[in-house]
Amino acid sequence: MTQRLQTPLHAWHVAQGARMVDFAGFDMPVQYKSIVEEHLAVRSGAGLFDISHMGRLIFNGPDAEPFLQSIFTNDVATMKPGQVRYGLVCNEQGGILDDVLIYRLAPFWLMVVNASNREKILAWFQQRIGSLRVGMEDKTFDWCMVAIQGPKSLAAAREIDTACDSLKYYYAALGYPNPDDMEPQIVSRTGYTGEDGFEIIASNRWAEVMAGYLTTPQIAERIGAPVVPCGLGARDTLRLEAAMPLYGHELNEEIDPLQAGLAWAVKFNKGDFVGKAAILERQKRKDLAVRIGLEVAGKRPAREGYRLLAKGEPVGVVTSGTFSPTLQKAIAMAYVFPSHAAVGTLLDVDIRGQTAEAKVVPMPFYSRKK
Amino acid sequence: MQVPEQLRYAPTHEWARQDGDLITIGITQYAVELLTDLVYLDLPSVGEETSQGASFGEIESVKAVSDLYAPVAGQVAEVNQEMASEPAKIAQDPYGSGWLIKIKPAPGATLNHLLTAEQYQQQIAAGH
Repeated sequence: MTQRLQTPLHAWHVAQGARMVDFAGFDMPVQYKSIVEEHLAVRSGAGLFDISHMGRLIFNGPDAEPFLQSIFTNDVATMKPGQVRYGLVCNEQGGILDDVLIYRLAPFWLMVVNASNREKILAWFQQRIGSLRVGMEDKTFDWCMVAIQGPKSLAAAREIDTACDSLKYYYAALGYPNPDDMEPQIVSRTGYTGEDGFEIIASNRWAEVMAGYLTTPQIAERIGAPVVPCGLGARDTLRLEAAMPLYGHELNEEIDPLQAGLAWAVKFNKGDFVGKAAILERQKRKDLAVRIGLEVAGKRPAREGYRLLAKGEPVGVVTSGTFSPTLQKAIAMAYVFPSHAAVGTLLDVDIRGQTAEAKVVPMPFYSRKK
Repeated sequence: MQVPEQLRYAPTHEWARQDGDLITIGITQYAVELLTDLVYLDLPSVGEETSQGASFGEIESVKAVSDLYAPVAGQVAEVNQEMASEPAKIAQDPYGSGWLIKIKPAPGATLNHLLTAEQYQQQIAAGH
């Protein structure tokens, strides 16, 4: 067995009784006690996730902005200081290499990438940077990252950093709150659960301090709910209800951003970027499968790889599915041909030889009350 | 972790108990805790044949699908419909009201090849 990577919270997870699994080469908690309980804690109170496995790259130098503009489908030039933006990194064919967040911070640009793509994307950037005056540094193993998500997340996150109080959605603040530590602490109002939430980046030595402090009974009493440690299992069911794509499932190098329903994160009018010409070409085609949401009849989830049929003919494939703890329904995301993608379309899903009815429904499946 | 003395166990985490002419089959507490958050249970119909070590049904949690394996060959005599409609209830009493099926064993079929409670304890202690 090859040695799995560990985050700075690894020992803490084990001490909490987490079940650990391999995820993108990291030994990560999939659940502590129950995926459903963790899921519902995030929907009603607050959950704490270790997301230190995600890649954190920083960029600086005079050419950093034009470089990022050239490899990102969204527009970085119009970002305000502190703003965070979601977008794709595509190859020349318009296929998605990764979906990332870019933060515009005063000392540098920060990019958060998928753990599973970090090495690939680092090598690809390295090659693209060439002789440009861009400094790129991988801070993944120097900094930890935790997410605090849920309606009580502000009350919890401000216990770590009061800068959270004034953060707008998709904005970040950078500070040096620890006098004996030269590493920055970055808080952002971002997340992957469909709830209000915060993500905090700090030097590794603060990981256990933060996790331990946030989960004390005193904090639970102060904010009116416990901050429940949540594993990757709940992270997956939460993002699925919010219909957020997951790389390797809804996104890959064969799929372009428009197929994935991410046109809002592609700015064709900002100038050239890698993949732009190919995406515009693909936009004209009518035969490319598109991402849809499905409600499946019965309690049995349709899972990744299950085929979708219309009158017995294959028209698509499921990319993620589960039994939704919030909605108490089997839900799924899938790719189907545009001819079968309209909301209300009835399809059959082949569940290991038995068929169940699946109806195309609007995404997201769940959205929080604002 | 509860592993009742009087039951016999398959390495795939099913338990079996001789109840008169029939053999009652369920899944262990260890399996229930491993699966967690059960949402769907697919059981055979009364009269269907089971063969030793072959799949007789499927159980699904929020996270994944697992096969259920028959510890002995025979014919399905009873099916626990209550668990089939509400599989989350298995967790409340996996060795009692949470049983799954009862089998009329094939001629000569016994529980002797299955693990004892002590052997099964050793297996789960080793983390399998």
